[in-house]
Amino acid sequence: MIRFENVGKRYASGREALSGASFHIEKGDMAFITGHSGAGKSTLLKLIALIERPTRGTVLVNNQNTSRISRRKIPYFRRQIGIVFQDHKLLSDRSVFDNVALPLLIGALKSREVSRRVRAALDQVGLLKFENNSPLTLSTGEQQRVGIARAIVSRPELVIADEPTGNLDPELSLEIMKLFERFNQVGVTLLIATHDVELIDKLQCRRLQLESGRIVESSQSSSHGDSM
Amino acid sequence: MSFFQKYVDLHYKNFLEALQRIKQQPVGNLMTIVVIGIALALPTGLRVMVNNLSMISESWNSATDFTVYLEMSIDEKSANDLARDIEQRSGVGDVVLITREEALADFQEYSGFGEALDTLGENPLPHALIISPADGANSNISELAKTLNAMEETNLVQFDTAWIDRLRSILELTLRVVDIVTVLFGFGVVVVIGNTIRLEINNRQDEIEVTKLVGGSNGYVRRPFLYSGLWFGFAGALIAILIIWGILGLLSSPARSVAQLYESGFRLIGPNFKETLALIGMGTFLGWAGAAVATIRHLRDADPE
Repeated sequence: MIRFENVGKRYASGREALSGASFHIEKGDMAFITGHSGAGKSTLLKLIALIERPTRGTVLVNNQNTSRISRRKIPYFRRQIGIVFQDHKLLSDRSVFDNVALPLLIGALKSREVSRRVRAALDQVGLLKFENNSPLTLSTGEQQRVGIARAIVSRPELVIADEPTGNLDPELSLEIMKLFERFNQVGVTLLIATHDVELIDKLQCRRLQLESGRIVESSQSSSHGDSM
Repeated sequence: MSFFQKYVDLHYKNFLEALQRIKQQPVGNLMTIVVIGIALALPTGLRVMVNNLSMISESWNSATDFTVYLEMSIDEKSANDLARDIEQRSGVGDVVLITREEALADFQEYSGFGEALDTLGENPLPHALIISPADGANSNISELAKTLNAMEETNLVQFDTAWIDRLRSILELTLRVVDIVTVLFGFGVVVVIGNTIRLEINNRQDEIEVTKLVGGSNGYVRRPFLYSGLWFGFAGALIAILIIWGILGLLSSPARSVAQLYESGFRLIGPNFKETLALIGMGTFLGWAGAAVATIRHLRDADPE
């Protein structure tokens, strides 16, 4: 699903965020990227979503070489990927329902189909009863779950998450991770960046350790979702 | 749903959403719309004014009458014969004889020199003929005037249409000025709307970013802003029409009084249906153009790449 081949990323400022990172994540995998802040976790995810382009090496996502995807095609490429952000990136001027519906409106689905899918996604994260609320009235954990519902509402095969539990206490964090596991069980490939090592020790998942721009450890503790 | 239907559906949604968004901030947006309205009303109003003036000068086109003053020695009967004679000539439409007695009476009544004239004892005015050329005989007028001037019975041919020509060329010039003003104010409207849309883009930066991250194309992100611009331009044009008709309403009564003084049936004419449509179309287009400029410039800033 995701293959990095000797990928390097140097920002215009001269900072080298990634230098020669290589790894492969199979379809149906659930994997974590760990490392200190500044180790290059966010950059790695940005390269997958084509928010940034690598300065060196090849990034393949779903068998597409991302360097061949033109600027104009990027939106269509991104529609295959669900993205969860640390700061949720919810729009406070619209309801929970409308936030989750956003990726579907782009595709111009019939409004009945949109409602059905949005409610299904909200149900999966357990927030159906808040569909008409403003995101501002929800707790941080609930807001993050709205963000997750938005990421999965268009049923992407791949979901990437950048520090999805960064602002949450351990209990809520575990809850979110359990949610991700459930998606993984139905075949979604997940790549989650986190610095919370304690949390992922509780989960039996593959771990990619990033240190100063390189993958220094790739442990496979379990084979979650490999059968999918 | 076919692709086309989806597309139309999406546009319709953007179209209504843009209107909804304008209504969310009624005061600020209304002020913008009024500014656009004034900017559109000014050149359009000037054009309407010039149109009205040309209409007046048009009505003078047939009024290139000239006056032939006869020699003092000519008596009324000969003058009358001469009038009949001239009337037969080609290029002459109508000849009216104003006898010296009539002329004196008119002069006494209107000039304010009534008493002064009484002291003269004798009527100093000659008989005069007012000659109206036949329709479409404009080219022959000066020829005709020359012939009449050469006749023994005539003393002076007063042939003064130069001021009409002068007025026409001034109007022509004014029309050029109006063209320039139109372009300038059109540009102004584009800038005003572009700036308004730019502010809106800044206000909705989060929304744009998120929309792009979940796979919204630039076209998708731009469209609501283009429709906002469209609405601003359209609403501005409606305001402009109101302004113009309002001003015409204020001016119509004084204009009628002036027209009555000149015994003219002149009425102020507003923009007709076609011109009104053109104004609305132009305003809407300028609104769209302003938004297009703003979005091209500023949506790139918002690109997460």
